[in-house]
Formats: sequence, structure tokens, C-alpha cells
Amino acid sequence: MSGASDARNGEGRGGLNQPRMPQGMLIAPAEEAGVAAAVAEAAAAGEPLAIEGRGTKRALLRPVQAARTLSLRNLSGITLYRPQELILSARAGTPLPEIEAALAEHGQQVIAEPPDLTGLFGATEPATIGGLVATNLSGPRRISAGAMRDHVMGIRAVNGLGEVFRSGGRVLKNVTGLDLCKLLTGAHGTLGVITEVTLKVLPATEAEGTVSVAVPDLETGVQALSAGLGSPYGVSGAALLPGPTPRALLRIEEFAEFVAYRCGRLREALGRFGEASLVEGEESRALWRRVRDAEALDAAPEEAIWRVSVQPSAGPGVAVAAGLDKALLDWGGGLVWLAGPATEAAHGRVMAAARAAGGSFTLFRAPEPLRAAVPVLPEEAPALAEIGRRVRAVMDPKGILNPGRMRAA
Amino acid sequence: MIDLPAPKPDVLARRAEILAGLQALLPGDGVITEPARVKPYETDGLSAYRQPPLAVVLPRTTEEVAAILRFCHRNGVRVIPRGAGTSLSGGALPLADAVVLGMMRLNRILEVDYANRLAVVEAGVTNLGITNHIAGDGFFYAPDPSSQLACMIGGNVGMNSGGAHCLKYGVTANNLLGLKAVTIEGEIFEVGGRHLDAAGYDWLGLLTGSEGQLAVVTEVTVRILHAPEGQRAMLAAFKGTEIAGAAVDAIIASGIIPVALEFMDKPCIHACEAFAHAGYPLDAEAMLIIEVEGSQQEQDMLLGKLKEICSRFDPISLKVAQTPEESLAIWKGRKGAFGAVGRISPDYLCMDGTIPTGELPHVLRRIGEMSTEYGLQVANVFHAGDGNLHPLIMFDANDAASFRKAEAFGADILKLCVEVGGCLTGEHGVGVEKRDLMPVQFTPFELDQMRALKAAFDPDWLLNPAKVFPIEGNPALRPAA
Repeated sequence: MSGASDARNGEGRGGLNQPRMPQGMLIAPAEEAGVAAAVAEAAAAGEPLAIEGRGTKRALLRPVQAARTLSLRNLSGITLYRPQELILSARAGTPLPEIEAALAEHGQQVIAEPPDLTGLFGATEPATIGGLVATNLSGPRRISAGAMRDHVMGIRAVNGLGEVFRSGGRVLKNVTGLDLCKLLTGAHGTLGVITEVTLKVLPATEAEGTVSVAVPDLETGVQALSAGLGSPYGVSGAALLPGPTPRALLRIEEFAEFVAYRCGRLREALGRFGEASLVEGEESRALWRRVRDAEALDAAPEEAIWRVSVQPSAGPGVAVAAGLDKALLDWGGGLVWLAGPATEAAHGRVMAAARAAGGSFTLFRAPEPLRAAVPVLPEEAPALAEIGRRVRAVMDPKGILNPGRMRAA
Repeated sequence: MIDLPAPKPDVLARRAEILAGLQALLPGDGVITEPARVKPYETDGLSAYRQPPLAVVLPRTTEEVAAILRFCHRNGVRVIPRGAGTSLSGGALPLADAVVLGMMRLNRILEVDYANRLAVVEAGVTNLGITNHIAGDGFFYAPDPSSQLACMIGGNVGMNSGGAHCLKYGVTANNLLGLKAVTIEGEIFEVGGRHLDAAGYDWLGLLTGSEGQLAVVTEVTVRILHAPEGQRAMLAAFKGTEIAGAAVDAIIASGIIPVALEFMDKPCIHACEAFAHAGYPLDAEAMLIIEVEGSQQEQDMLLGKLKEICSRFDPISLKVAQTPEESLAIWKGRKGAFGAVGRISPDYLCMDGTIPTGELPHVLRRIGEMSTEYGLQVANVFHAGDGNLHPLIMFDANDAASFRKAEAFGADILKLCVEVGGCLTGEHGVGVEKRDLMPVQFTPFELDQMRALKAAFDPDWLLNPAKVFPIEGNPALRPAA
């Protein structure tokens, strides 16, 4: 498969670090049974599989060495939507915009506000719901309404031997058996191939408004966010835009009358941190899209991108300790997006900063050589690493599902 | 009746040696062996089942928990973790050859951090104890199971407890940041932390709701929230369950997600009214309690809209609280529902299935028919927003036939929940109570895979082994002859 390989290397050197082509032979079944058969066959042959939706996040985490790619792109479509029950099920390959459009018809939305990273990764297609669940990617609303993993009520998946299993269901409250929905969410396809997900959804709010506070520095900014998040007003977004005058942004999403009232109270309460102004309507929505999709990070195409999660008060310190001047803080200061040179030295500083703050990091976008050379996620403590090995031995005994994607073998 | 696995003969034979070993690890009063003092630990909230354990141990620190687990693992002794013993599914039911690991002495609130909106507490702190500790500063811990006065946060993690307000605030799993826990081998480990969404496998999510079968949680980092400016309730009573169900649909369709949306059927209304004199309408077939939050004006606006929606469904009664006292009066009957049912029946089983909310009228009709068939009364409380149904089946525990009938009735209800697209348990856990119904919801393969994951944490099946999964066919758990 030298053609695919050449394309990958070519893309890896410049642009947005995104390999354009799937690896090796592409298998793209349109039914779950086809997914199961493909995995069973790969397991029998001991052949690793690269698992992807539409491949929009190939530059995330470590490159997978596989001669076959199993794509879920053709396993697509909404299978159940009950607006009154706040439940939607879709096959894994369903593009997010298709789900969002169906929800919008009933005034509802995906709760976790997943980012659209097509710009960041230079992808030409939209992300799939299966990919967003497998990577547990959530947007600004995560701080008030939970992550993708919090709203996966049910899952269908295929394990590493090609066996189909379900966990959860299609109801909003369910503690029956082990919660494999959470185990698979964020496992990057290494414990099972997700074939269908059932999400809790919620009504989209009538209006939104953002209080924007001009703060002297990041520390003050996080204090302003903390004050807002510690208020009774239900702040649903709390980000800090970098710049000579950083801006602390606090969002209210509610009925229109509530937005006016709550933004007013927040402006009064936060005036002590800097000049507070109000951003409304479409302008507010555009602002939060830039935060959600990390566009406000303003990363150059050749730069690497990191995503660090720490306790909010440690956010500004991480940005400083990493020695990178491009930083965007979300989640009240606890989610730190960083951009800088795609070097092992820069990566080492980010890892050290995250570790010192007691947090977690992800090398989110980088050229393949760097991603292959460094730990892209924190190492696990020995007890957990051992449990992780045993869990993988249950779910994927042949080690064929996205091997090496999260950590080197 | 539910079978428990046969005790391990070698453990029973070495009882004295094992107790001496435990006493050496917990000098002082940390090991309980006298039958009279063991007695309170022989059952939990599912009091129809009783079994005295080998001993009860009450450690005070994570290190002591680790030492006990290491010892039990080395000696092949089964361990039953226990918080306050409020489980309604028998999650803390002992075994004759097991050590009950009581967590109530790990009861310190270690830290409250308002800037980062978190609290670090030991597993034996009560659910309400967290909120009481921070309420003076305007904060609270959101999940509020009805046993919150007594139940402990470690048990909440084990069962992934919910509550009446989880429609808005989520269940335990949605309100955790990190855990400190101990493996059966006695290794202390941490998952999550003080930050959101640690990269890597979601061990925090897997451990939550694992019913004490994977590890023993000793310390919990919870998210805390600032309380809203205020809250107020309203009551709406209707002529039929279908009509009340349609009103619930209309509320959700309006875009309003109330902080609580509780449904009671006629037998439940009657039981609660007789008990609490809350002014519930006795001629109603179904009643909703709806709670909203916000400033006074926001509450007025939401309650006005809700009143308008409910009035479209020909209500018998619509009562909007004007004051916090009137809200409490509306809640009074509902909060006393279990006690109220306890007054009209010597005993009751509290079931806990979840159904797609649209199936409610059908499910209530079927439950009514079964009630006649079994000759047992039932009252239904329902978290209408999220589909979690609590039928309270009344029986007489002194009459073995009555208990068997109640269990069979309960099992039929839960099978019905699965049949209409729901599940066996929404918030109480499987425990021993629903263990043998698991094949109704899961395929043999799905059960085997979950058993294998349990064994990945606990290869010898020592941690709370007789729960959740049918013991038949499990080589580690031979059924008692």
C-alpha cells in the first residue's frame, strides 16, 4: 500500500499534520454484522486494524501501524429519536451535522457541545458521532452540563474477537451491570469498535449572552471565571481568551428574560476584575464557536497543539510553565489549549507542566514523527497499567484494535 | 429466594486464625466478632435477607483498608464493602465466610476548595454531610438519594446513586472528579483527580456503579455547585395516568427541564395523604410534583408557563407554591412516600426499573393487572422526567408465601420494564435482589464479558462476589447445596 503510505508522509510534514488517506486496505461495512465479520477475520489472521469514522482525527494521539483500516463511515443513520424522551440513537458513522440538524428540528441539541475540529485538523469531512464518543470530546458546556461520556446512555460495539455486545440502553437512568459505555467512551477504539450510540439530548436554550471581562492577566481572569462559576446564575461557559488584554468570558444560556437578568448580575459581580461588557446573540454564539473549536488559539498550520486538563486555578501556571505563548483556557481555566513548535523539547515542557499541576495532557495535533516518539498521554500508575492490560486482554485479546494508538506497546 | 454461594470450607475451618490476623492489623476495637455486635451488619435496606458474616472490620484509614484487603487476598477470604447499609438491593448482604469491611470510620471531610468547586471526602462521609458542611457558603453536592441523611458517599459511588433532582444535575457518576481506591491485592491507586476528563481509560466511570466488585473506594473528590437563588414547587393532579403522561411530554416539548418532575399514582397519593396530610387531591388518578429553580421572577415565569401547559390537560387540581413553606408542604407527602406505604402495610419491596417515559400508561396498566393477579397492593412513584419507576409492593414478611409472591410480582414488573425498552435498575443497583434477572436484560455473552472484566480486577472473586451476576456457572462461586 505504498500509495497510501506516501500520501501520509507527505501530509505529515506540513499543512495541518493530518494524514489524508486511510491506512492500507480500507474496509467500510454498511452493517454491524459486517463490522463484526471484519474484526473476526482480522483477529483470526492476527492483523491489526486502524479503526476510524471518517478519519477526521488521524493526527490525534499516536499513529497506528496497521495494514487494514476499518472505517465506520458507511454504518450511518439515526435509528431512534424520541424528543419527548430526550433520547437519540445513531449508528457510529453518522456525521454530527446530520444529528444536529435532526435535533434542531425539535429545538434540541447535543448536550456536551462537541467541537468541530475540521479546521484544526484540516479535515474535509465532518466528524462522526462514533468518533466523538470514542475520543470523548466535549466543548465549553462541559463544565455545567457534563462531557460526552456523561450522556452516552447506551452503546453497541464489537470486541476484538468480532463479538457484538451492548451496554446501557435507551433510557436516561440505568445502573444495570458494569458501565461499559463509559469504558468505551474515550478509549479511542482500543477496547471495542463502537457501532451505535444512544445519547441523552436536551432542549436548546432560547437565548444566550456572554459577559466579557477585560482582565490584566490570566490569573485574574481565572479568578473572575471562578467567581462566576461559584455564583447561583448557572454559567454554561467560562473561557479565557489570550491577548495583550486577556478577556474572561462567561456565558449564560437560558430563556431570554433569564439571560438578561443573569448577565446583568454577573456584570455587577465581576466588575471588580476588570471592565465587563455584554455580548449577545449571534456574536456570542460565534465567540463560543471559536473557543469550542480552539480557533481562538490561533495555531499556525505547522505548530503542534496540546490539550491539558488541570484544576482551574492551576491553568494559568501551566501556560507559563510550558513556555508557550499561545494559550486558550476553557472550562473555568481547567482546560488549557496550547500551541507551539512540534518538538520533543516543547512536548517535554508541556508534560512536566501538566504533571506538576497534578493534571492530564494530550498531544492533540502533531506531525507523525513526534507523535510516534513521545508519550501522547500521561503514563498510568503501575496498579492501573496492570488492570489496563487485563482489561485489554478481555476486550481485545489479540491486540488488534488500534494498537499503539494511546500508548506504545 | 436467592441462592448464596457455599462458604469456603477452608476459611470456616481457619476462622480463629483469620480473626487473629485481622485483629493484629486493627488493634483496639476495629474487629467485631461477638454475635450480638455483628447482628446489625447481617442485613441492609433489603431486610428480607440476612446472613451473619465471619467478622466485621472497621478501619480508619486507606492504609488500614489496604492492609485488610492484602490479608484477605492472601488468605482467600471474601470481602463485603459496606457504607451505611442502606442498599435496597442487598448490595451489602454478607456471606457466612466473608469479612464485612465497614467504611463508617473513614468519615472526615479532608478539604473544600471553592475556587475549584470541589470537595475531597472520605468514603464514610454521609451524602447529606457534604452538603451540610458547605451549605453555609451557598454550595451543595447535587445527587440526593432519598436515604441521603444516612447513606455514605462511598456507597453512592458503588451504586451510582441518583435522586429526585438528577434530571437536572445528573447522578453520582456525573458529579465526581476523582477517587482513591484499593485493589483486592491491597494496592492503593487513584483515578481522575481534581480535573475534568483525565486522558486515558475512564476508570472513574467504570468503578462508579460497580457495586463494590472491582475495588474498595476510600476517598472521593466530588464536584460541588453553588445553589440557585431559590426553588419552588407546584402540584398538578389529573383524571388519568395517560393524561398526566401527556402533560409530562408537553412540558419536555416546551423546552423547560424542571429540576424535579415526580409522578405519583392513586394508591401512592392516598398513602401519602393519609400519612402526611399534605392536601393531595384524593380523587386524582395521577399527580405531578414539579420543581423549578431561579430568582423569584424566574420561578414565577417558569411556574406560569408550567401552569398554562398543565391546564391544557383538564387538571383536577393545580397548586403553585407561593412561599418556600408551601413548597415544603407539596413535597412533604412525596418525601414521606416510603414511610407512608410502611404505615399501611407491614412490609414492602421498593422496586427500581426504568422505562421509556412514553410507556408509562401501558406499564402502569399492566402493573395494575398484575396487582390483581398476585393479590398484592402496589403504589407507584415515578421520576417522570427520566423514566425511573419505583413500584412499592406491599406484603407481610411474617408470611413466607406473601414474600415469595411479592418477589415474583417484582420480578414480573422488572421483566416488563426490559420488555418495553427499559432496564432492571435505574438507581438502586442489581445487588442480590435483581442478580438472577440479569439474563432478562443481557445475553449470556454480555454477562460473560462483564464477569471477565470483574475478574480483571479481582481474579479470585473475593470482592462482593455473590452480587450482580448469576452465580450459576461461575466456577469461583459454587452454589450452596
